[in-house]
Amino acid sequence: MSAREFHLRTPLSDSDIERLRIGDIVYLSGTVVTARDEAHELALEILRSGGQLPVDLRGLALYHCGPVAVKQPDGSWKIVAAGPTTSMRMESVEPEFIERTGVKMIIGKGGMGPRTAEAMRKFKAVYAVFTGGAGALAAEAIKSVKAVHWLDKLGMAEAMWVFEVEEFGPLTITIDSTGANYYETRLREVAENAKAVKRELGLPAEEE
Amino acid sequence: MGLTEQDLVAAFYEMVTTAATSIPEDVYRALKEGYERETNPIAKRQFEAILKDIEIACSRKVPICQDTGTPYFFFEMGENFPLRLGAVRAAVEAVRRATKDGYLRPNAVDPFYKKNSGDNTGRYIPWIHIDLVEGDQLRAWFMTKGGGSEAPVTLIMSEPILGFEKLKSGVIDTIVKYGPLPCPPVIVGVAVAAGGDIALTLAKKALLRPIGERNPDPNIAKLEVELLNALNKLSLGPHGFGGGVTALDVKIDYAYRHPATFAIGIVTSCWATRRASAIIRPDGSWEMTSKHIRHVGGGCTL
Repeated sequence: MSAREFHLRTPLSDSDIERLRIGDIVYLSGTVVTARDEAHELALEILRSGGQLPVDLRGLALYHCGPVAVKQPDGSWKIVAAGPTTSMRMESVEPEFIERTGVKMIIGKGGMGPRTAEAMRKFKAVYAVFTGGAGALAAEAIKSVKAVHWLDKLGMAEAMWVFEVEEFGPLTITIDSTGANYYETRLREVAENAKAVKRELGLPAEEE
Repeated sequence: MGLTEQDLVAAFYEMVTTAATSIPEDVYRALKEGYERETNPIAKRQFEAILKDIEIACSRKVPICQDTGTPYFFFEMGENFPLRLGAVRAAVEAVRRATKDGYLRPNAVDPFYKKNSGDNTGRYIPWIHIDLVEGDQLRAWFMTKGGGSEAPVTLIMSEPILGFEKLKSGVIDTIVKYGPLPCPPVIVGVAVAAGGDIALTLAKKALLRPIGERNPDPNIAKLEVELLNALNKLSLGPHGFGGGVTALDVKIDYAYRHPATFAIGIVTSCWATRRASAIIRPDGSWEMTSKHIRHVGGGCTL
């Protein structure tokens, strides 16, 4: 893997995205919008019936995240922890989400599957991993909460938060706009290593 | 002066907020060692982010991870401890307060009605496991267990003849199958028992033991080390980015099994293993028994 480093700002253009390859590190500034399971479902429900989302996602980054937010005395929100959640849970709906919203970067953890990779190739988008669990580090880069949508309906973790971020990262690209998927190759290597490790322990090669 | 329920709430609140914001000493040491040992640049970058996160969380007293998990209490309760039901009520109250104060994200959801209670309490939550022991003290552990790190939980009901073979394969297969999902480097808890529920409960409790502490039984200790070394040869690494640190430790426990069963419980905990413990006495005095990274002067230290 390469170790190139990019500092990008939203809105992200196709040419910003097309330069990125798996293994690249990105620090992102601008607008990042959160959505996890229920916000995906609700957003798609709205878009399928011809409605509009409360925030236009074209050129923005979508973040699989349910933050810890604390309401300040002046009524504003302070984000104290905001690391990524497992992206694979959204695999079944993400291709449609990318197509309908025009989002350019999806940030999460654990990687995504072949359907998302294909949608990213087709609609020029990338998937990036933010260090899972590093919630306080992520919160450092969140400069303000521009808006929060669906908070009453979905609760703190599932609501759609709109963050203004500065140098949010390190984000490691694991799916690029050619459809290359880092984790696919990586996890095959790990599975190969497992065969050798099992041989060493005198275990049968394959289960079942 | 005797122990009051308010004393218990104060002790549990301290445990909950400390666990959420300050990584235990043993976990910090293991991660720091991992960082120093790691030569793979992408994996090293993940360690860097992890250590930076731990320091920010500790210095600002904010949650290490936004998934502040499901709250678990484990009590070793002296049979003469004065406030037994009071301890249960106090645990619930401490969780409620820590949530209100922003240390815990509201994570308790009614599965049938999709309703989030908003305060991390609900039917059976916090989960409280009580073992009665001799004496009049309460030894309490708190662990907050992230949702992602529950994904790999595995139960294998093995035939006894193949038990140890399936235990070893099962641990390796579980870590390979779930790859980056439980936020490696992980701690793996494993237990053998008669019933599946017993195996999984003991496997989870095994995660409370400090990293590096070996099972007192030399054969079990050997198996722990064997599995730890095996996992670290997989080159999964932090968040699946490769390198030599996939697991921080493997902990094994057991209960007597049934002649016909060999239940194997496998539970993982993420790098952000958050736990705290305390001892509470009937006179109302208490102290934390777990050590954590602390913010002193300009930086974080052990």
